[in-house]
Amino acid sequence: MDLKTLTYIVVGLSFALYIGIAIWAKAKSTGEFYVAGKGVHPVLNGMATGADWMSAASFISMAGLIAFLGYGGSVYLMGWTGGYVLLALLLAPYLRKFGKFTVPEFIGDRYYSNTARFVAIICLIFISFTYVAGQMRGVGIVFSRFLEVDITTGLLVGMGVVFFYAVLGGMKGVTYTQVAQYVVLIFAYTVPAVFIAFQVTGNPIPQLALGSHVAGENVYLLDKLNHVVTELGFSAYTSGGKSMIDIFAITLALMVGTAGLPHVIVRFFTVPRVRDARSSAGWALVFIAILYTTAPAVGALARYNLHATVQPGAVGSETGSLVYQERPDWMKRWEETKLIKFEDKNGDGRIQYYNDANKEFAAKADTEYGWKGNELTVDKDIMVLANPEIAKLPNWVIALVAAGGIAAALSTAAGLLLVISASISHDLLKGIVMPTISEKSELLAGRVAAAVAVLVAGYLGYNPPGFVAEVVAFAFGLAAASLFPAILMGIFSKGINREGAIIGMIVGLFFTLGYIIYFKGVFIKPMAENIAANWLFGISPEGIGVVGMALNFIVAFVVSKVTAAPPEHIQHLVEDIRIPKGAGTAVEH
Amino acid sequence: MSMNEKAAAYWKANLRLLLGCLAVWFLVSYGFGILLVDVFNQIQIGGYKLGFWFAQQGSIYIFVILIFFYASRMNKLDRKFDVHED
Repeated sequence: MDLKTLTYIVVGLSFALYIGIAIWAKAKSTGEFYVAGKGVHPVLNGMATGADWMSAASFISMAGLIAFLGYGGSVYLMGWTGGYVLLALLLAPYLRKFGKFTVPEFIGDRYYSNTARFVAIICLIFISFTYVAGQMRGVGIVFSRFLEVDITTGLLVGMGVVFFYAVLGGMKGVTYTQVAQYVVLIFAYTVPAVFIAFQVTGNPIPQLALGSHVAGENVYLLDKLNHVVTELGFSAYTSGGKSMIDIFAITLALMVGTAGLPHVIVRFFTVPRVRDARSSAGWALVFIAILYTTAPAVGALARYNLHATVQPGAVGSETGSLVYQERPDWMKRWEETKLIKFEDKNGDGRIQYYNDANKEFAAKADTEYGWKGNELTVDKDIMVLANPEIAKLPNWVIALVAAGGIAAALSTAAGLLLVISASISHDLLKGIVMPTISEKSELLAGRVAAAVAVLVAGYLGYNPPGFVAEVVAFAFGLAAASLFPAILMGIFSKGINREGAIIGMIVGLFFTLGYIIYFKGVFIKPMAENIAANWLFGISPEGIGVVGMALNFIVAFVVSKVTAAPPEHIQHLVEDIRIPKGAGTAVEH
Repeated sequence: MSMNEKAAAYWKANLRLLLGCLAVWFLVSYGFGILLVDVFNQIQIGGYKLGFWFAQQGSIYIFVILIFFYASRMNKLDRKFDVHED
């Protein structure tokens, strides 16, 4: 059977599974639609959270980022896992005790203000839409490469499937679908990793392979990789990449941003008890860690295989570089997607792949080797997707990776669409505009809002504002600077009042938004070059959410000091959410 | 102890545990993996430089352990101060 047919079958079967689950788990009440009736077992919830959290960025892009950044890629590994510690310790149990449906609802109640709730809705919509655009784009890329349809068709099919189970099943449908999607995506991620780890090092466990010898040689993989890349003018794999302050800031922004992402927080509203919220965050991280500890091995092995392919002989020797006409089939296939490009600058018919941004090395390569510039551009997004082909794995593995990539993107998109729809039907409509709306109408409004959100997400996926990775950096920075501080202070301080929280969120949001737009441009032209010399404290736009967060804390504290303290019933509310006793199994509204 | 005193003592015990856990959280990632990475990279364990290992593997394992540790200690505190559910 050829690869295309096989991929259609595997992806088709996975879609049938998701839709089957959606029909089985159709939501009948607003409680089931928003928080799955608060009856999800903590281990299952952990698994669903894992799928919800691990997006197209984790599955498709992250290992590729690590492959090219080396040590610098650690920001994603620590940043996207450490946030769960903050969630489990600082937010999840208290929000579960609070026992309502949405993040803006908590902020609105704690700060006794519909204005605060409205500001939180705005932050949430900003964060979730920027994030969802990246997911739809990921679906499009996978479809166009593996099913050989154009990106638009891929987007439409992806939208259709998400539409079906998110709109019909609500949180209940999404939760159980995400459990299935987790199984698909983790299997798809680890199987090729195990094969490749075994091929290169003889050790099948990727986490150990990264610290092993290269098979048949008495040299460690990482040492050999350092040697290979530095010989081509790149910085060493196990060091370098970014400045220390920037690594620090980005890691912190990603951690805090993770803890402040509404679609992740809301997952902990679905478990039955406060104690389950704590352990469920642990389970979520276990399931996430399986992928996140595999990813650095995948990155290093992919980088190693790539160089071994294009530089089979000694660097600089006449026959050391790969002859273009003899390139492997996977390279030809990916050239069609334009994600890998070759340009024969010195006209020798061979591929010279090296770091020509390194001036010293480029000069040496020119005079000694006759190289006239780097000839190969490789999009980092293809490293995971092309990996099974590079390692010559059987077709069913490649089909599985396609299904896994789609599962990762769809599960995250569904979770995001759901918090968007809940914030519109529950917070905006029922909470602020029409408090008397019946549960049945609210459920209908939730479904309509989810449907509209799918359409907007599809449009954003088709016309993404900037590149996907930049867009995602936005979401984390904004979450770190706006929602996280407001929730944290709401739990751990009785003194922060309405005025402090509102002004704090606005300052954090606009500072971070402004800084990112200033350097990245998004809808306008960037106003300054995005280089370290121009950055505030040497912090790149990816990490600036940390400064936004600090501003939010300071402003909220100062404003609260000079305005009236929160009323007494709010003090009691805070005392109440701090102890687990009395958490209802299901909250009636 | 009255309910209010219990709640206050429980919160204090929780904060102490929290700060301890967060100190470990900070140390393994920002400490060993970032600020002191060059120092730890002097130590080699198998094919891994230790600082690099903390940044790309070790910190994640410790995060997982940390959450379960916190959850189990909190379950005990919940019972000790009689603020548990059910």
